[in-house]
Amino acid sequence: MSEVVNINTTEQQPLLKAVDLKKHYQVEQGFRKPSATVKALDGVSFTLDAGKTLAIVGESGCGKSTLGRLLTMIETPTNGEIDFQGQDLLRMDKDTFKVLRQKIQIVFQNPYGSLNPRKKVGQILEEPLEINTKLTKAQRKEKSLAIMAKVGLKTEHYDRYPHMFSGGQRQRIAIARGLMLDPSVVVADEPVSALDVSVQAQVLNLMMDLQDELNLSYVFISHDLSVVEHIANDVIVMYLGRVVEHTTKEELFANPRHPYTQALLSSTPQLNPAHRRKRIKLVGELPSPLDPPKGCAFHARCQFANERCNVEQPTLVTYGKSLIACHAVEEQRI
Amino acid sequence: MSLLEIKNLSVTFSGFRAVDNISYSVDKGEILGIVGESGSGKSVSSMSIMGLIDHPGIVTADSLLYEGQDLLTMPEKRRRQLTGADISMIFQDAMTSLNPCFTVGYQIMETLKVHQGGSKSARKVRAIELLDLVGIPAPESRLNVYPHQLSGGMSQRVMIAMALACDPKLLIADEPTTALDVTIQAQIIDLLVDLQKKNNMGLILITHDLALVAEVADRVVVMYAGQIVETGIAEEVFKHPKHPYTQALLASSPESAIGKSRLAALPGVVPGAYDRPVGCLLNPRCPYAIDKCRTEEPGAHESPLGQVKCHTPLTIEGRPAA
Repeated sequence: MSEVVNINTTEQQPLLKAVDLKKHYQVEQGFRKPSATVKALDGVSFTLDAGKTLAIVGESGCGKSTLGRLLTMIETPTNGEIDFQGQDLLRMDKDTFKVLRQKIQIVFQNPYGSLNPRKKVGQILEEPLEINTKLTKAQRKEKSLAIMAKVGLKTEHYDRYPHMFSGGQRQRIAIARGLMLDPSVVVADEPVSALDVSVQAQVLNLMMDLQDELNLSYVFISHDLSVVEHIANDVIVMYLGRVVEHTTKEELFANPRHPYTQALLSSTPQLNPAHRRKRIKLVGELPSPLDPPKGCAFHARCQFANERCNVEQPTLVTYGKSLIACHAVEEQRI
Repeated sequence: MSLLEIKNLSVTFSGFRAVDNISYSVDKGEILGIVGESGSGKSVSSMSIMGLIDHPGIVTADSLLYEGQDLLTMPEKRRRQLTGADISMIFQDAMTSLNPCFTVGYQIMETLKVHQGGSKSARKVRAIELLDLVGIPAPESRLNVYPHQLSGGMSQRVMIAMALACDPKLLIADEPTTALDVTIQAQIIDLLVDLQKKNNMGLILITHDLALVAEVADRVVVMYAGQIVETGIAEEVFKHPKHPYTQALLASSPESAIGKSRLAALPGVVPGAYDRPVGCLLNPRCPYAIDKCRTEEPGAHESPLGQVKCHTPLTIEGRPAA
């Protein structure tokens, strides 16, 4: 099997590439009513290079967690492909798939819910090794102690249960578990949103240190733009299952183009009065994905919306380094 | 006379002081922000104002004055008349704070019935008026919906409507927007501040989001492990923090680290019930701790603008004085 892992990668080839990923769910509406389709994710494409961080930003219900679940193959996409080192993960034989999916790991949002309370830290960390490798018990312990040291946990923590740890330490355990199989990509689904600000800083620093040390790539899912500004290289802003803006971090924060991105940035509270942007007041809420509006999903809340936005769904158009899906930007009204 | 004046409030749970001798006051028309990490006692202190601390919690205070009347010594009946009417509270998670078994209209009208009485039809008119006030579209039709039919933002608006039902003079908002998305948070905060201005209410805004407090509060109280470590004018505290903890909290927010490769993390965690250090509670985490900090609890240094509980308050340059 080891031959399969060592694939000849060319310099230009991205580590991870998603093409037109879609996830549609069939939802029962009730007795004798036809089932409806929820388009949780509707056509997301991106590439991610080794050692880089791609942030996925958006409000609850925009499909960012669904994207994370598709990338880690917890769920199967309805459509699209996921290329890892040039191989399509969705169309390959079972054995290769099993080896390759080890290279993409996930860290979940809530460290109080994602660690099994009946297992000790050592057992939690060694479980992936037990399932996926042929290491002996002693080797497994050695490896988990090594990873524990990397994430700043002590040797004596090996025999403790998750309830004996604080939130920040638990998130360290969850990160350690994600690293057990030496992944290349870690999907981090809101890894710091359950943590206090001083602990959040510790965990973010740890994630950045690990990235430097192990050349990890992160898909960093977050709703907090100030965190994203610190950790990301590229940013995707999502709204109701679709990408509205995909650009570099620098461009996004210096020059947000999509009206939704602008509104998100202006709604994020800032400590320093000099950083505060003019508040763009958004009316209403995210529309129901069961009954998405015609045209641009954002048009009902957008101050730049016109007739065309009400009927025609915008597609992503390239402007310099950015991809933006907006008629107003295209028509140069913004 | 302040609207609410708390002197040396402590809340003890089986020997552990969750809130440790805190004093602060709120004036009419003022927004007081209380910030701190989880476990710092900010929610427990506000629950004790509302009289919501259950057994085995013990609330003690020199005085807990609302408009000059002591909430702790007044008859229980009188206190129940005040809380919910003159003093009301918005809880953190609207989705779980509303009763799932009753309609939104019933729950709002219940508050009115208990505190103001009046005819059923008058209460209904008032409930519609309240839903309209908090920006819920088509309020007549919303009276008959159940909480599960509402989104998070809408549930929080219902909570606000309920809290405002009897025109409170003091509103305590405990993490009112933590469970909400940022665009909805902006809507709810704007709504709260508008209503606060319009009704000239005192508003206590409890949150862990420093930036939110920096944007809306007039004065701020910073709590750490059950104690108040710093109080002052919000703008001044955020610009020139005098307590090392306030400074560290501000520095660890990602916004303060723009352009730097790493965040300025404060090592360690808030002490819990069994690992409270001797002396200043921050000393194991404080970069400026001296020997005195490890043995002697600091008193509060008063200044005209606020106070700071530290042996070596920071100067305007952000360093200990000598």
